[in-house]
Amino acid sequence: MADVNRGKRPLSPHISIYRPQINMVTSIVNRITGVAMSLAAVLIVWWLLAASTSSSYFDFVNGVLTSWFGLLVLFGSLWALWFHLLGGLRHLIMDFGIGYDLKWVDLGGWAIVVASLVLTAASIICLAIF
Amino acid sequence: MEYKTDMGRVIGLGSAKDGTREWWIHRLQSVALVPLTLYFIWKVAPLIGGSHAEVIAAFQSPLTAISTILFIMIAFMHLAGGLQEVIVDYVHGKACLVILLVSTKLLCLGLGFAGAFAVAKIAFGA
Repeated sequence: MADVNRGKRPLSPHISIYRPQINMVTSIVNRITGVAMSLAAVLIVWWLLAASTSSSYFDFVNGVLTSWFGLLVLFGSLWALWFHLLGGLRHLIMDFGIGYDLKWVDLGGWAIVVASLVLTAASIICLAIF
Repeated sequence: MEYKTDMGRVIGLGSAKDGTREWWIHRLQSVALVPLTLYFIWKVAPLIGGSHAEVIAAFQSPLTAISTILFIMIAFMHLAGGLQEVIVDYVHGKACLVILLVSTKLLCLGLGFAGAFAVAKIAFGA
């Protein structure tokens, strides 16, 4: 028998109904950071191409990347990279069916938020010192 | 009245078709990118803002050159797959969908190749 109720099925509650939870925030932020890093990826390729072209062109692109706007994008992307790396690792672990208890879902979500901020700060400090 | 079974009606109409393969390749890329990203943050990112001579010297090391080439190529493949996933989720117009899918794929291919070539050129003596 063909489905007579097509298009009239009840919908499950969607995002506007839910109280924000940490796992839905980390899920969408993982996507946003992934897409946002496109800009930094283009800048890095431009920088590498400049380095392989000439010393004077390298100085120009290097200057663009270390301008206040360039640094804003790069440091933002550094956090995005750490977040996406940690979020990706968490997803890989969850792909094995591990960590689906509510307690671990919440803990894992907050862990990657905190760890991404700590690692970003630590790597910026390392960059400043060395 | 359609004289077809439910199974006959839906076979071949799934939206994903070869979704599991794309899913698996995306995970494979992400696993490869973990050590490559850490190496990139450690060895290459600090070169930004440095001198031209420092950058040239860094890519004379085969380990740095090879890791960076792999990082760039796999990162852009991963980006292409990720963008595709996002585009098919949020873009619904047929023409818009095809244009975005084709252009992001080609841009990722071009940029990945350009980055890898730049590093190789420096490594082989620019």
